[in-house]
Amino acid sequence: MATPKSRPRDGYPGRALALILVVTVGLVALMFGTGYKKPRLGIDLAGGTSVTLTAKSDDPSAINKSNMDIAVGIIQKRVNGMGVSEAEVQTQGSSNIIVNIPDGGDSQASVEKVGETAKLYFRPVLALAPTGVTPSPNTAATPSGSAAPSGSASPKATGSAAPSTPATAASPSASASKAGRAVSGALMADPSSSASAPAGSAAPSAPASAAPSAPSAADMTAALTQGTVPADLQQQFASLDCSVPAQRQNYQKSNDPNAATVACSYDAESGVWYKFALGGVAVNGQDVAKAQAAYDTQNGTGWQVLLNFTDAGSKAFADTTGKLAAQPQPANQFAIVLDGKVVSHPYVQSAISGGSAQISGSFSQEDAKALANVLSFGALPLDFVQSDVTTVSPQLGGEQLQAGLVAGLIGMALVVVYSLIYYRGLGLVSIAGLVVSAILTYAIMSLLGAGIGFALNLPAVCGAIVAIGITADSFIVYFERIRDEVREGAPLKAAVQRAWPRARRTILVSDFVSFLCAAVLYLVSVGKVQGFAFTLGLTTLLDVVVIFLFTKPMITLLARTKFFASGHPWSGLDPKRLGARPPIRGGRRRSATAKEA
Amino acid sequence: MSLRNIGHRLYQGEVSFDFVGKRKIWYSLSGLIVAVAAIGLAMGLHLGIEFKGGSVYTVHKPDLTISQAKDIANKITNSTTPVVQKTDKGDIRIQVSAENSISSATFTKELSQDIGVQEKDINAQVIGPSWGDEISKKALLGLVIFMVLVTAYLAIAFEWRMALAALVALIHDLLITIGVYALVGFEVTPGTVIGFLTILGYSLYDTVVVFDTVKENTKGITKQSKRTYSEAANLGLNQTLVRSINTTVVALLPVSALLFIGGGILGAGTLNDISLALFIGLAAGAYSSICVATPLLAQLKEQQPEMKALAKKVALRRASDAKAAAEAAERGETPDGEDFEDEDLPTGMVGQRTQPVSRSRAKGRPSGKR
Repeated sequence: MATPKSRPRDGYPGRALALILVVTVGLVALMFGTGYKKPRLGIDLAGGTSVTLTAKSDDPSAINKSNMDIAVGIIQKRVNGMGVSEAEVQTQGSSNIIVNIPDGGDSQASVEKVGETAKLYFRPVLALAPTGVTPSPNTAATPSGSAAPSGSASPKATGSAAPSTPATAASPSASASKAGRAVSGALMADPSSSASAPAGSAAPSAPASAAPSAPSAADMTAALTQGTVPADLQQQFASLDCSVPAQRQNYQKSNDPNAATVACSYDAESGVWYKFALGGVAVNGQDVAKAQAAYDTQNGTGWQVLLNFTDAGSKAFADTTGKLAAQPQPANQFAIVLDGKVVSHPYVQSAISGGSAQISGSFSQEDAKALANVLSFGALPLDFVQSDVTTVSPQLGGEQLQAGLVAGLIGMALVVVYSLIYYRGLGLVSIAGLVVSAILTYAIMSLLGAGIGFALNLPAVCGAIVAIGITADSFIVYFERIRDEVREGAPLKAAVQRAWPRARRTILVSDFVSFLCAAVLYLVSVGKVQGFAFTLGLTTLLDVVVIFLFTKPMITLLARTKFFASGHPWSGLDPKRLGARPPIRGGRRRSATAKEA
Repeated sequence: MSLRNIGHRLYQGEVSFDFVGKRKIWYSLSGLIVAVAAIGLAMGLHLGIEFKGGSVYTVHKPDLTISQAKDIANKITNSTTPVVQKTDKGDIRIQVSAENSISSATFTKELSQDIGVQEKDINAQVIGPSWGDEISKKALLGLVIFMVLVTAYLAIAFEWRMALAALVALIHDLLITIGVYALVGFEVTPGTVIGFLTILGYSLYDTVVVFDTVKENTKGITKQSKRTYSEAANLGLNQTLVRSINTTVVALLPVSALLFIGGGILGAGTLNDISLALFIGLAAGAYSSICVATPLLAQLKEQQPEMKALAKKVALRRASDAKAAAEAAERGETPDGEDFEDEDLPTGMVGQRTQPVSRSRAKGRPSGKR
C-alpha cells in the first residue's frame, strides 16, 4: 500500500481510518473503563423498579381524573426528561400512579424525586430560630468565632438556616462578594451564614452564654429568635420543633398563598434544624421558566440550581427583592420553599431584575440535578406519598430478547452471505463497515445508558436491526456508483474517486431526511416516541460517520492494491463481469458520461 | 452470472423495466392494496393496554412463575396480550387490556380457581394508559411538523413535484402498513407505533435515493431530444434498481429473520408485532419509491409546458430516427452515433434481444402520457 502522503489526489485515507480507529477504541476503552459494558435495557426487557404513588389531598374532590392525568404527564417528564429512559407512568385505580423505571443509570435518584410535589415558593423571611440544638463546644465558642467564620463563609453561601448578623469584621468581605453577584443578577445565599452562624445570631439578640445553656426548644426559640414573628403565628412558631421529624411538615396553606406560614430547614454544616416564620408568597414556582443545575466554580459554593423566570416572574421577583433589600436582618432574606421546606434563604442587597436566581444549599450533584429537574417540569397538582417501591420482572419474557437476538444474528449472517455473493471482495468492506458501526452503536448506547439514562427496549432493538439496512444502503449506493464508473471503462482508482462525489450527495441528502425526522420528533414529542427519535438520529449520524471515515477511505486504500485494481474476479470489481465497455468503445463512453454529468 | 449482467444491462438501459410507462398498473395495484388496507382500518385497530389502559390484578403467590401466570392469563383472556410481571416481594402483577372486554369479576374468579388462591386475595384495579394522549398528540404534532419541513426541504433541494410525490408515497406506505396491521388483527403496542415511525423514516429515505438518481438523469433534459422526461426518469429508476433491490434485500433479511424465525419460534408476541410492521413497511417502502413515487413524479412533470414540448420534439426525432435505423438495419450496419438513443441499439453486447421491444414501446408512446 502506498503511503497516504504520496497520494494527495485520493485524499489521506489513512488519516480517516486512524481517526475512526482511535474513536472506536477510545469509546470501547471508555466503556470498559467506566464499567458500563452493557446497554441499559428497558422495563420490557430487563424489568426495573416500580414505584406506587398515592395521591393525598385535604380536598377529596381534587383527586380526580384530570388532576391525575396532569400528574402523570409531569411525572413522565420528570423520570424521562431526556426522553430516552423508557420509563413508564400510568394511573392505577383512582388515586395511584405507577412509575416503572428501568434499572441502571440514575434510577435511584429518579425514584426518590419522582413523587415530590415540587411546589416552589419564594417567601420573605419574617423570623427564624434554631431548634433542638444541643449546644456543642463549637457554638459555645461563638462570640469570638462569629466574625471570622462569617468572613470566610462568604464563598460557601450555603442554604444553611443561618440567622446572619452582619458582624462588623465580616461585612467588608461579605458585601464585596455580594456586589460581584449582584452584577450577575443572581440571588445569592447569605454569605455570612456558616457553621458558626447560630452562635453568631445569638450574639445580638441574646447573651452568647444563653446558647450553650439553653437545652429546650422553647427556651432556644425565645433566646435565639431573630426578627418578628407575626402575632397569629406566634404560638405555632414557638411550639414548632423542627428537630422532631414528625413536625417537619408542609405547613403552607395551599388555598391561601398570601398567608404567613412556618417552615423548617436543615443546615447541613452545623447539623441544626431551623424554623422559620415566612410571609406570603412573593413569587410562585410556576413563574420559573427554566431550571438547571450548575457547578459554581467562582464562589466555590458547589452545586446550585439556576432559575430563569418568566416575564411575570421576573417582575415579581425584582419588585420583591427591591422591597426586601431595604429591610433589616433577617427580614431582608428570601426563603426558597420547596414543598414546605426551606431549601435556601439568601439575603438580598438590592433589587434583582435580571429575571434569574439561583438556589444554593450544599447540594450534591445529584440533588441539584434532581431539583432542577422537578422545578423545570412544574409542580404536581396533588401531593403524593410513595406507598410502595418494588422491583419488577421484565414485561416480556426473556425469550423475546433471546429470540430477537438469535433472529438478528441469523439476519446478519444472511446479509453477510448476500454481500459476499453479490459484492465479493467489496462485500468484505461492507461487512467490516457494519461491524465498525455495530461496535460504535453498542459502545455509545452503553455509555449513554450511564450518562443520560438511555434505555434500550425491544422496539429499539428492532430499530437497530433495521438500521443495518440503512447503513448497508450507504455502502450499496457507493459500490453501485463505483461499478457504474468501472462499467464506463474507468480504471478502479479513478472510478473510486469519481463515484464518491455522486454517492456522497445521495447519502447526505437521504440521511439528512432521516435526521430531520429524528430531530423534529425528538424536539416535539415525549416518551417512547422521543426515545425512538433519539435512536434514529444516533444511527443516522453513525451511518454518515462510518461511510465518511471508514468505507470511503477503506475503498480508496483497497483500490491501490493489486487484487482490486486489476479487477480480480473475486474483488467484485471485475470490469469484464461488470460488462464494462472494451477500451475501443472509450470514445463513446466519454460522450455519454459527459451528457449525464 | 446473470444477476451481475442484469446489473450491467439495467445500467446501460439494455434491459429496462418500464415502471413509469406502466403506471396505470402500479396505480391500480396500489389503489387496490390501499383500498383493502382502508377496509382494514375501517374495521378498527386493536389498541393495546398501553393506549387504552385496562385492569391490573395483583396476587401474592411467590411460587407461581411468570410463565405459568402468563399461560393462565392468556387462557382466561383468550389472547396473548396480558402483561405479566413479578415483583421482588413475590407479587404477580397481571395487566389485561380493556380491549379484552373481560369483566374484572370474571377474571378474578377464573384466576383464583386456576392458581388456587382466594378471590379476595386478588387485588383488581383499573389501570390507566402508559402511552397517554399527550404522547400521541405530541407525536402527531411532531409528524406534521416533520412532514411540512421535509416537504419544504425536498421542494428546495429537488422540486415541489418530487416533494409531493415523495409525500404521496409515504402516506401510501403508512396506509398499507397500518391497514394490513388492522386486517391481521394484531394488537397495536408502542412497539408497533415505533415500527410505523421507522417505516416513515425508511420510506422517505428510499424515495430520496431514487429521486436523486432521477434528478441526475433528467438534468438538462430539455436540451436534448432523445428521450422524454418519463423515459429519462425510467432509465434512472432502472439504473438504481440494483441498488434498490440490494438495499431492500439487506434491510428485509434481518427483519424476515425476526418475523419468521424469531416469531416462528415464539408464536405471537411483541417481536412478531414489530417485525410484521417493519416487514410490510419496508417492502411497501421499496415498492412505492419505484412504482408510485417516480411514475407520479413523471406524470406531474409531463404536465409542464417545456416537458410537453420535449415530448413532441422526441416524437419527431424518433420518427426520423426510426426511418434511419430501419435503413441502417437493412444495410446491416449499426449506426454508431453519439447520442443516448444509440446506446439502446444493438451493440454486440448482451441483451440485444430486449431492445427492439423497448424501443418500439417507446416509439408507441412518445409523450409518456397514456
